[in-house]
Amino acid sequence: MHHLEFEKPVLELEGKIAELQHMSQSDDGVDMDDEIKRLRSKAEKTLRSTYQNLSAQEIVQVSRHPERPHFGDYIKGMIEAFTPLAGDRTFGEDEALIGGLGRFRGRPCVIMGQEKGSDTESRIKHNFGMARPEGYRKAQRLMDLADRFKLPVLTLVDTAGAYPGVGAEERGQSEAIAKSIEKCLRLNTPIISTIIGEGGSGGAIAIATANKVYMLENSIYSVISPEGCASILWRSADYAKDAAEALKLTAKDLKKLGIIDEIISEPLGGAQRDHTAAIKSVGDQIEKGLKEMDELDGMVIRARRRQKFLEIGNDL
Amino acid sequence: MNWITNIVRPKIRALVKSKDVPDNMWQKCPECDAMLFHRDLDKNMNVCYHCDYHLKLDVDSRMKTLFDKGKYTTAELPKTANDPLKFKDRKKYSDRLKEHRAKTGRDDAIVVAHGPMGGQTVVVAAFDFKFQGGSMGSAVGDGILTAARIAVQQNAPLLVIPASGGARMQEGALSLMQMPRTTIAVEQVKEAGLPYVVLLTDPTTGGVSASFAMLGDIQMAEPGAQIGFAGRRVIEETIREQLPDGFQTAEYLQDHGMVDMVVHRKDLRDTLIRIFGMLMKTEIKKTAKSEAPAKDDIVVEEKK
Ligand SMILES: [Zn+2]
Repeated sequence: MHHLEFEKPVLELEGKIAELQHMSQSDDGVDMDDEIKRLRSKAEKTLRSTYQNLSAQEIVQVSRHPERPHFGDYIKGMIEAFTPLAGDRTFGEDEALIGGLGRFRGRPCVIMGQEKGSDTESRIKHNFGMARPEGYRKAQRLMDLADRFKLPVLTLVDTAGAYPGVGAEERGQSEAIAKSIEKCLRLNTPIISTIIGEGGSGGAIAIATANKVYMLENSIYSVISPEGCASILWRSADYAKDAAEALKLTAKDLKKLGIIDEIISEPLGGAQRDHTAAIKSVGDQIEKGLKEMDELDGMVIRARRRQKFLEIGNDL
Repeated sequence: MNWITNIVRPKIRALVKSKDVPDNMWQKCPECDAMLFHRDLDKNMNVCYHCDYHLKLDVDSRMKTLFDKGKYTTAELPKTANDPLKFKDRKKYSDRLKEHRAKTGRDDAIVVAHGPMGGQTVVVAAFDFKFQGGSMGSAVGDGILTAARIAVQQNAPLLVIPASGGARMQEGALSLMQMPRTTIAVEQVKEAGLPYVVLLTDPTTGGVSASFAMLGDIQMAEPGAQIGFAGRRVIEETIREQLPDGFQTAEYLQDHGMVDMVVHRKDLRDTLIRIFGMLMKTEIKKTAKSEAPAKDDIVVEEKK
């Protein structure tokens, strides 16, 4: 497991436990059960208190943890009959943003999101979850499909941002994102977005202009990365920690600001420690959100989404 | 190129230097290096009269060049939260706001005006780049929404003129939320069957380019304007290559099919009147030129 710097005390305890376990298994047969039990509870307590008191910068690290469940894990864990659909019908297929049809707890839906990949090969294949215009145009296409067949749209957001490259600019990255936002707003079916890791700026909002926006406890959602912000406003990326704090990019802060609707709790020690539990929590929250909109007419769903965004910031 | 202007004027300037000629009387063209006299520049809408380079045009002058006789009404904009995040980098955001308000005499980076353009009422929302780089926070979002509301109320086309580096970082995710909010403004204008035209000016980048600014029924751009999603430096660092010539300029976007036209400042008003006239299906008047701005307000000179 990839460990983060601030997890060191827990790591040390876990090391000791392993050592004792090894000793008690050896021939001299010293019974270490009580000590192991004690250390286990201590490790758990330390993990709990560490994760309850994470700084914004530490949450940034957790949100980017390479072993957090990614888009593909959620598909495997909560979508049946997933049928990927490819291509923007204009230029190409963008594997940074995956989408398709699938059944979520029995309901047919359109599901899409950025996939970061989990090893070097898959990271390159998915361009580290940074979509080009083709990805956003595919998203628009899939939203049209959802609208036509009255299917809810579920999006899982996990991206450092839209890809900054010459080709992406030439093919209209700005326009692709703008049109995606417009398409989200025009949907006559429910759209629910969950930030599962990084919600990076325009690349995130392009598929997160939703009726319900949820965030996993240790995910982030921001207009700019703390490093980018620090290098502009503090003139040095060394101030990323200060920028992370100042940007108010954690789920807790964003709930307070009225930018997101709910925070989804993560398993003890973060989603990376228990994929199954994290994915189930996300699924439960999405199901709740869908049920809240079950009886609503398409026009009402669309009007409420618009109203919700119009009201953001009005009470601050 | 004009020898007298290039060589003699700077010399005259050097001779009479500093005592009675304030520095801002002369300005160097960033493109051809010619020294430009402020009165000549004013007359030429801040376009270099040697090489046609479009220098930045401040919002008030811009409005004057667009409306009939240079006359328009400025709309009152809603008050928004000051510094909702209590953001502080090397400086407090609240102090930055104060400074920019003092410097520009505006509450924030957007001005909304309405008035006749070739006889047709038009609503114009223009960014003031001098106010924190025209960055978009809640106040700018609310400004665009106000412009849309006025357009719908007055059954008038909406013209938005961005000049913005992107989102206002000091408002965090609230600034990101202006991307959907301004898109809603555009939706309201479009749903009312009214034209929505964007004039991209230098610069239009980041979150501004990736929302309302790319959703025009018609997309215009000023010559030479830098327009794009990602900053040049970010792209260079990502791809570690030299960027192509003219990358992210208005002309480059036109070549790549992203804008309808690149319009010279002197042709802008007539172009807008012509387009709005057709989209609003107004009867052809004798000539829109008869209602052009009075001579004192604006003079369009022939290129020298
Ligand atoms: Zn020049």
